[in-house]
Amino acid sequence: MTSSETGTETRTEAGAESGTGTRTEAGAESGAESGTESQAPPGSSARHPTAPSARGPSSGGSAAPPRAAGGRRLAFPAVLVLLAALLGVSLVAAVGLGPVSIPFADVARMLGHRLLPWLVPQAPGGPRAVIVLDIRFPRVLLGAVVGAGLAVVGAVLQAVLRNPLADPYIIGASSGASLGAVLVMLAGLSPFGPLSLPLSAFAGAMAAFALVLALSRRGGQVAPARLILAGVAVAALTEAVTSYIVLTTPEKEVRSALFWSLGGLSGTQWRDVGVPALVVAAAAAWAVSRAGPLNALALGDEGATSLGVEVDRLRLWLIVVCALVIGTVVAVSGGIGFVALMVPHAVRLASGGDNRRLIPIGALAGALLLVWVDVAARMLNRPDEIPIGVITAVLGSPFFLMLLVRADRRGPR
Amino acid sequence: MNVDVQGVHWLHVLRDVSLTAGSGRVTGLIGPNGSGKSSLLRCVYRRIRPDRGRVLIDGADVWRTPAREVARQVAVVAQDTPADLDDSVEHVVALGRIPHLGALGRLSAAERELVAEAMEMCEITGLARRPFATLSGGERQRVQLARALVQQPRLLILDEPTNHLDPRHQVDLLRLVRALGVTVLVTLHDLQLAAAACDRLVVLDGGAVVADGPVARVVTEDLLRAVYRVEAEVGHGSDGLPRIFLPLRRPGGTAPAVAARGGAAGGTGHAGTYDVSREPAS
Repeated sequence: MTSSETGTETRTEAGAESGTGTRTEAGAESGAESGTESQAPPGSSARHPTAPSARGPSSGGSAAPPRAAGGRRLAFPAVLVLLAALLGVSLVAAVGLGPVSIPFADVARMLGHRLLPWLVPQAPGGPRAVIVLDIRFPRVLLGAVVGAGLAVVGAVLQAVLRNPLADPYIIGASSGASLGAVLVMLAGLSPFGPLSLPLSAFAGAMAAFALVLALSRRGGQVAPARLILAGVAVAALTEAVTSYIVLTTPEKEVRSALFWSLGGLSGTQWRDVGVPALVVAAAAAWAVSRAGPLNALALGDEGATSLGVEVDRLRLWLIVVCALVIGTVVAVSGGIGFVALMVPHAVRLASGGDNRRLIPIGALAGALLLVWVDVAARMLNRPDEIPIGVITAVLGSPFFLMLLVRADRRGPR
Repeated sequence: MNVDVQGVHWLHVLRDVSLTAGSGRVTGLIGPNGSGKSSLLRCVYRRIRPDRGRVLIDGADVWRTPAREVARQVAVVAQDTPADLDDSVEHVVALGRIPHLGALGRLSAAERELVAEAMEMCEITGLARRPFATLSGGERQRVQLARALVQQPRLLILDEPTNHLDPRHQVDLLRLVRALGVTVLVTLHDLQLAAAACDRLVVLDGGAVVADGPVARVVTEDLLRAVYRVEAEVGHGSDGLPRIFLPLRRPGGTAPAVAARGGAAGGTGHAGTYDVSREPAS
């Protein structure tokens, strides 16, 4: 993929695609202030672009005490507060980073002025304020929402399918969602107004789930190895169909093939943030409320039933909710792989497998990871962007292989 | 807690099964492989819904009672526990509190004490921090029993609870179960062990009840011939319990006779006396 293609397909901040009607950073700048700072002249950025990306993944949970060492862990509320604070700081810092970099203090004042005007009566205005408030902030927030949503979905799917390799991207649900969204965009339908896109992506994800689960069933049980194989096949097929549709359709009607297969957050506007934020927050809260039964599923259907869990009903609901999150997330951010796989595992290493902790901690860690991965996507190849999925795949596939080897060592399944 | 199974049919597996397990008594379910023992237990702990008939626990139909409500009264040690659990033993045992906890419930100090006690009783305290996946079959079985005890059940259902245990742990487990004083419904393949551990035996064959009564009346040479299709010698010990001897040598054959207990051919070779009615010596 050449850089110019990447540029047009992922709608970069630099404005390679300003014709599509999304507000791009360079466009906003040059329109308002004749481009004093556009296109980031060499050396204008004080921060090294790789620094944040190096920090990102480690915040997902590197410092891992051995599982057996019980007493020395931080208390659960302390971990939550710490991660939330880190996320808050990261959001502000990430807004400042991009082709046009803006000092942390300025960003903080602008956001403060917007959110709490009585507390911060004055803030810098002008084009930088437009970049911060209308371009970067919604994008960074959406990144956090998407990361949180993917991490929650990963944690839930791994528990509900009893499969450490479960990830919506790997088992085909994400590409099913992409196909659903593309089909509805192509047909030009919007029967449910702004909800049409997420709902069609939800339908696509649900269909892919149903297909994969039907294919991987053997004797009434989902066979773990077959689940992954069926998922890979369904993902390949739906992705091929999506790519075909996208590539044979005149541009701009549907988003790019690259977006659907590797994801991206550029061109995010405020109106893209609301629905995913609501869905992810509601789904995460609901998943936490079902954390006890989710833990019980570790004992298998038989064991969970004997602990008072209505296994079949719970599983159906969890899968529907996961598909809903996948649909809304994929509709706005495309197919971002491996986040749902690695975040829950990293958190398990650090704070154990109890879903009552894993889901909230995972949500925060996922948000943190994706915010910084998105910073890396903007910064590593300025002024063009790297699709987010490229970075998550680089981080995530070694993880996948590690889990595969570990599962192997447990003996045949 | 009284269990009343009334005319249960399920697919072709269970055919008009009726039995009662009296409150505080140990009722054993025996029968050949595939005779429907596990399926019957599944009907009792609400895993499968019978096509016809019903299961009453203290007069309440289990399928008209919420699953959680049932799980507060009934604990199960099932046969097929996943072996790939990464959770620590302590964590697995604590899962037994799930039916008693709220959504965000944390274990109270009393409940943690309960977990510790159950692990002590099942002799797995030393394994508390080990990942469940690294345990041997017998250790896993004891962990599952501890998890069931933590549920504080009034009815304990055990499906082959001793099949991975060595003789000492078999005897310990059954002594422990008897000492609990709760109603117990247990399947066992080892007839001698079943005879020693149970107050009453119910025999299933082909999905139907073929015998039901006190141990000495059920375990007979006729039953072993009719149901298990083995020629066995059944004697009686000084305690009045049956002693089962399974000669491997066919009449006129040359192979040496090997004493085996119940179905465990090639076992220890001595048909010892189990006295599991005694209190555990601790």
